[in-house]
Amino acid sequence: MSSKKAAKDERKTIAVFKFASCDGCQLSLLELEEELLSIVGAVNIVYFPEASRVMLKGPYDIGLVEGSVTTHHEAELIQQVRRQSKMLVTLGACATSGGIQALRNWKDVNLMVRTVYRNPDFISTLKLSTPVAEHVPVDFELRGCPISKYQLLELLSATLAGRKPNIPTYSVCMECKRRDNVCLTVAQGTPCLGPVTQAGCGALCPSFNRGCYGCFGPMESPNTDAMIALFRNLGRSDPEITRAFRTFSAWAWQFRQASEECEHERKAR
Amino acid sequence: MVTNLPAIGTQFLIDIPALDSIIGGLRRRGYEVLGPVVRGAAVVYDAIEGVNDLPAGAGDEQEAGAYRLTRREDGALFGFVLSPHSWKKFLHPPEARLFAARRDGRSFRLLNGGPAPPPRYAFLGVRACELAAIAIQDRVLLGESYSDATYRARRQGAFLVAVNCTWAAPTCFCTSMRTAPPAEAGFDLALTELVSSERHVFVIEAGSRAGAEVLAEVERHEASPGDRLEAERAIAAAKASIWRKVNTSGLRELLYEKFDDPRWDHVAQRCFTCGNCTQVCPTCFCTTVDDSSDVTGQQTERWRRSDSCFSQNFTFIHGGSVRMSAKSRYRQWLTHKLGAWVDQFGSPGCVGCGRCITWCPAGIDITQEAAALRADEEIAIGKGDAI
Ligand code: SF4
Ligand code: SF4
Ligand code: SF4
Repeated sequence: MSSKKAAKDERKTIAVFKFASCDGCQLSLLELEEELLSIVGAVNIVYFPEASRVMLKGPYDIGLVEGSVTTHHEAELIQQVRRQSKMLVTLGACATSGGIQALRNWKDVNLMVRTVYRNPDFISTLKLSTPVAEHVPVDFELRGCPISKYQLLELLSATLAGRKPNIPTYSVCMECKRRDNVCLTVAQGTPCLGPVTQAGCGALCPSFNRGCYGCFGPMESPNTDAMIALFRNLGRSDPEITRAFRTFSAWAWQFRQASEECEHERKAR
Repeated sequence: MVTNLPAIGTQFLIDIPALDSIIGGLRRRGYEVLGPVVRGAAVVYDAIEGVNDLPAGAGDEQEAGAYRLTRREDGALFGFVLSPHSWKKFLHPPEARLFAARRDGRSFRLLNGGPAPPPRYAFLGVRACELAAIAIQDRVLLGESYSDATYRARRQGAFLVAVNCTWAAPTCFCTSMRTAPPAEAGFDLALTELVSSERHVFVIEAGSRAGAEVLAEVERHEASPGDRLEAERAIAAAKASIWRKVNTSGLRELLYEKFDDPRWDHVAQRCFTCGNCTQVCPTCFCTTVDDSSDVTGQQTERWRRSDSCFSQNFTFIHGGSVRMSAKSRYRQWLTHKLGAWVDQFGSPGCVGCGRCITWCPAGIDITQEAAALRADEEIAIGKGDAI
């Protein structure tokens, strides 16, 4: 594609940026196999190093950001990305809440660097893995580890049409019931984070007989105290509960607070 | 064609092969027969082809926030009490596409005139409280001012085979809500299972002409006074075992007065606002409408999806959600179920099935909350004992 042609193009431009992440979320875009042709017909993907050699300069209509901010370089880069993107969307748990790498936020990162790397002097990293919204304003957050490709498609379609996306913020339980699942917690005593986790995955884990791991992060009004009480009732120890809240969305403040509460409670006992 | 139809209301005795023939008769008439089956850790309602699909020997234990599938020695086909999901999932499906449209030049073209042709359902095993719940949904969704096309189409074609409970769960309180067995109306056929070491039979009666026609085709005997007494006693024993209660007298007024009661804060501390209670409730009917367009901007669809008064967007108006706190959302739910529903539809919106108690992950109990609200009333005005 020549840059001349792209300049005349009326399609909205999209850029996909990667920060500290595993690539799973941006690959969801490519996984929309059936819709991919319609998508590239409707939008112009002008910067997507993962998938294409085309790398046009901004500004972009929509910037999709995957990954959390973990280095000084990334902290500067996210400012540029914000300046270049009319609409900035975070893709997934890393960009939205710091990701699984935010587990280091409770540890001494320098100690980890010294333990892992033979030449720690070459490593320059921040103490914390933080979500994009801690650095710049974000227009929309897509949750999940990875995101739901259908939610991404819905967000793009809604943005192009100028309508509000249908992305509910209620619990996973709503989707679980809609799928006609039998509740794992009630019928089997399986701990499940569904009641405090935002919908969007289609209750994927409960549908396969696994309690929800909370990868979509806190729902709109998560009662984490009730969740702690329920997990304790189901025989889970406080260290186990701390770990349950500290996975993909560990640094989301409600989950973070809940995990720390259980940690302190344990120390206090 | 059989000319001598069994009289409506007359009780007959049938055996298990005859029940199988009834299922066969319904299938021959083009019904999709749905009944209880064991799936995973529970008895659920799903497609059945004959009595062999029914959950022989399955029972259940239910308590607030807990359900366990159990085995019974007697091989009863309806020895469990209630399935987690009610018949609502068939009559008022949680997701339905209302229409789709395509751009056509400067106009648009509807891709379908409305919902797809409805399936013809026959439900086997509708309990008395569930019949009452269907009657409530009829009042809401087939009302004079509003009649819901999806519900109407599915409901009108439905054939209902009731089963009178001969066991009750500790979560049941149908006796308080005046929906207890035996089923009195609203069914095509009604069964009462009699199972003992001597025999495994059903007392059956037709409640409609369609029911009588199906019953006419199967081998049966008129029930003896002894059979009828045995059925009555089994039902009475189930009712006698029910201990959960809601005192409904003056309840609506009480709830309106208790708008600011501290009990709402107490329950809000435990409530997840997860919405499970509204999804399992056989009468809760609330939905939302989602308009969506595809990425090309050429096609649009309108979907109706189940919603819940426990979600924030449920009351989203300009400026935000009206019910931000968990307290206000739980209060809305309970006050509507047991109070405001009476003003709107002429009866409470609760039939006492206990599903919201069993399937609440937090084990919140509507009967306990209602009693607690009344209890401080009684302390306050100095009459009666606090519960
Ligand atoms: S299995 Fe989990 S997500 Fe599903 S209803 Fe139960 S608590 Fe909610
Ligand atoms: S009462 Fe129970 S089921 Fe209902 S929203 Fe609250 S926690 Fe969920
Ligand atoms: S409010 Fe609860 S007990 Fe009453 S009908 Fe609904 S689910 Fe059943």
